[in-house]
Amino acid sequence: MENLQSLLHGFTIAVTVPHLTLMVIGVLLGILVGVLPGLGAPNGVSLLLPLTFGMQPVSAIILLSSMYWGALFGGSVTSILFNIPGEPSSVATTFDGYPMARDGRPTTALATAFGSAAFGALVGVILITFLASWVAQVALAFGPPEYFAVYFLAFASFVGMGGAAPIKTVVALAIGFAIAAIGIDTVSGSVRLTMGIDELVKGVSFVVAVMGLFGIGELLIAVEEEFQARAVSSRVDWKEVFRALGRLPQHGVALLRSAAIGCWMGITPGGPTAASFMSYGIAKRFSRNGARFGTGEAEGIVAPETADHAAGTSALLPMLSLGIPGSATAAVMMGGLMIWGLNPGPMLFVDQKDFVWGLIASMYVGNIVAVALVLLTVPVFAALMRIPFAVIAPLIVIICVVGAYSVSNSYLDVVLMLGFGVVGYLFKKLHYPLAPLVLAIVIGDKAEDAFRQAMLMSKGSLGIFFANRLVTTLVLAGMALLLLPLALQIVRLLRKPDEAAGEKVRII
Amino acid sequence: MKITSKLLLSTTAFMLAGALPATAAWQPQKPIEFVATAGPGGGTDNLARAVQSIVTKYKLTDQPIVVVNKGGGSGAEGYVYGKASAGDPYKVIFGTSNAWQQPLVSKVAFNYTDLTPIAAMAQDEFLLWVKQDAPYKTAGDFLKAAAATEFKMGGAQSKDTDEVLTRMIEKAAKVKFTYIPFKSGAEAAVQLAGGHIDAHVNNPSESLGQWRGSTQRPLCAFSPKRLPQGPKVTTSEGWSDVPTCVEQGLAISQYEQPRTVWLPGKVSPEQAAFYVDLLKKVQATPEWKDYIEKTSQVDTFLTGAAFDNFIKQDLEHVKQVAGEQGWLVK
Repeated sequence: MENLQSLLHGFTIAVTVPHLTLMVIGVLLGILVGVLPGLGAPNGVSLLLPLTFGMQPVSAIILLSSMYWGALFGGSVTSILFNIPGEPSSVATTFDGYPMARDGRPTTALATAFGSAAFGALVGVILITFLASWVAQVALAFGPPEYFAVYFLAFASFVGMGGAAPIKTVVALAIGFAIAAIGIDTVSGSVRLTMGIDELVKGVSFVVAVMGLFGIGELLIAVEEEFQARAVSSRVDWKEVFRALGRLPQHGVALLRSAAIGCWMGITPGGPTAASFMSYGIAKRFSRNGARFGTGEAEGIVAPETADHAAGTSALLPMLSLGIPGSATAAVMMGGLMIWGLNPGPMLFVDQKDFVWGLIASMYVGNIVAVALVLLTVPVFAALMRIPFAVIAPLIVIICVVGAYSVSNSYLDVVLMLGFGVVGYLFKKLHYPLAPLVLAIVIGDKAEDAFRQAMLMSKGSLGIFFANRLVTTLVLAGMALLLLPLALQIVRLLRKPDEAAGEKVRII
Repeated sequence: MKITSKLLLSTTAFMLAGALPATAAWQPQKPIEFVATAGPGGGTDNLARAVQSIVTKYKLTDQPIVVVNKGGGSGAEGYVYGKASAGDPYKVIFGTSNAWQQPLVSKVAFNYTDLTPIAAMAQDEFLLWVKQDAPYKTAGDFLKAAAATEFKMGGAQSKDTDEVLTRMIEKAAKVKFTYIPFKSGAEAAVQLAGGHIDAHVNNPSESLGQWRGSTQRPLCAFSPKRLPQGPKVTTSEGWSDVPTCVEQGLAISQYEQPRTVWLPGKVSPEQAAFYVDLLKKVQATPEWKDYIEKTSQVDTFLTGAAFDNFIKQDLEHVKQVAGEQGWLVK
């Protein structure tokens, strides 16, 4: 109960007028940078960082973390309304959020997303409060083979699912891995697949890829189909916000499962992106409504959003207790910590009690502030859907172009983004799934690094993936997720198990 | 086209030079971009932001400064950008010794000669770290154990400073390590705390938290003399209590990583002089001393011929190691 006492002490620090004001400012700025694709939380936080140098560390971290919460919420808005994910971790939200908004229910989609996100964040903070020291130990158990096993599990939970033919999923994954390989390779230090374009040495930014694949790709399809958004009721409907929130408990199982996946992936450094994908994949497989996923199913929004926020929140713990940032934004904050004169690491909890518990208390309060503010904006954002397609389509193109350029002020990124738009269009036309492509772009190079680091450690023996209980469990769980549906499908189709097909997928 | 624009540029420069009195130095007329060749939160990024905040606080220039991160490709993104901005005195590139080391070992589309060297501002030290509960008390014990079994040594990136130092230790102590590259020194530190690797050669600031938190400890410093006395890190020890590696029988007397500042190529000497002067002013502030102490770096300022010499010496050294390891790009 010592933690509870410290937490109460933290509340006395966090709940003061100046700090509450900072939270509101941070959250509002965060929503703004979250909604504008290409800007995103890491950039927003680094823009704000110099302003905090003269502040008390605890005030500074409250401002920055509030901005982080705001950006996490804001990132879901464009995913749902325009199919443009502002953050890697909100890609999975587009799968059901966008169809639901297009179906004339943007208010429901946004409110469901924010409600489940708040639940996920809450579970994450509670976990941090009570299990801080234990959690830090768990993260330490992760070496390269364990990292690889976690990524493998994330891929595995995705491969077998979906209406697409498994071979098409494999093709999409392979293309994604190739894109992830562009640039400098961590393990060998050599430059790969730059095709004579010097600037590609930096690799392909995720934001550029998804804005093209989702934003522009979807737009091309819509133009071709002369798509018109179904008329959305013109009055601002506050009641629907509360009705949607009231329906959340119906998805209790999905909420709890997704929060658990999120926390687990946040602590083990899989991160929010892997968490949201995995949670969506698993929900699709185990939900009663699984077959209807992708058509605007509420549970398809609940699963990735809950996991995303649970992971995003618990990812701050490894940063504080071990000095490993769980996400890009956490990395910027860690830079801030050093400049404020604090050293992230195990001793922070002993030396800087006020700072740590002030921050944790502010996570509770900050998330409440964030969810209240963001729910207030729902009808406003939903009203955007009433703008005629002829007006909104060019706006989406502008947002994507500006967003791609602002990632690193590079014209090449704009060209790449448009190229990805064409790829996204072709994928849809030819019924190839986009999700595995994106997943491979996002965590493909991390998985590759982890695999090759593990191989260096074991001098090439695959036995390292069965060397201890943790890694064996993870690998076996991954294989089970991967092979079961495939085996079932193959049994059904060929009436005899075909191990070769399973092997093929596993190698990739 | 190129010739015309060069002509135009030089004409403009000539006219400007003619219009101004000979004594007036060059002053920036538009916002300045600080390009950190590392991701947000890393050592290079922290330096760029520290300089930015000091310049802004003391109003050392009238123009606003923005920091952008171009850390892709282990920093190559930022250097390539600097190369492409030739003649533009509003782009200041913050890097490390990567600027001359990386082109030796990988096929990146730049060389340090494409840039205008401004200064080396701070030197990061390297130490040999092991897990807190490891049985070895000295570097000698560690190397004795390393001779018996092949240790796993972690570090940031491949064929970069950390691996170069690892290979130097191998040679000096006649042992063999398995080097495992991670994305950053911070990641290597966590891997050591978890016992997944046996040692690493992190900078002080990369492992300060872990030392204080008793998950790992330094055996020796790759420095000719002991590190300066700062505040105590643990209850009993500070940086100056760490013996040098030479004291412990590991004959590598010096290995440091400078933080370097560059302008793009083809800028005028006056423009370069403006930034040298600006950085000198930054270095004289108490905030700078504070930054140096908090990040446990060594304060230095190399510019002009001294900086050139430093680069040449370091290049010789790295070339030798890279040649022995077969890393050199043909």
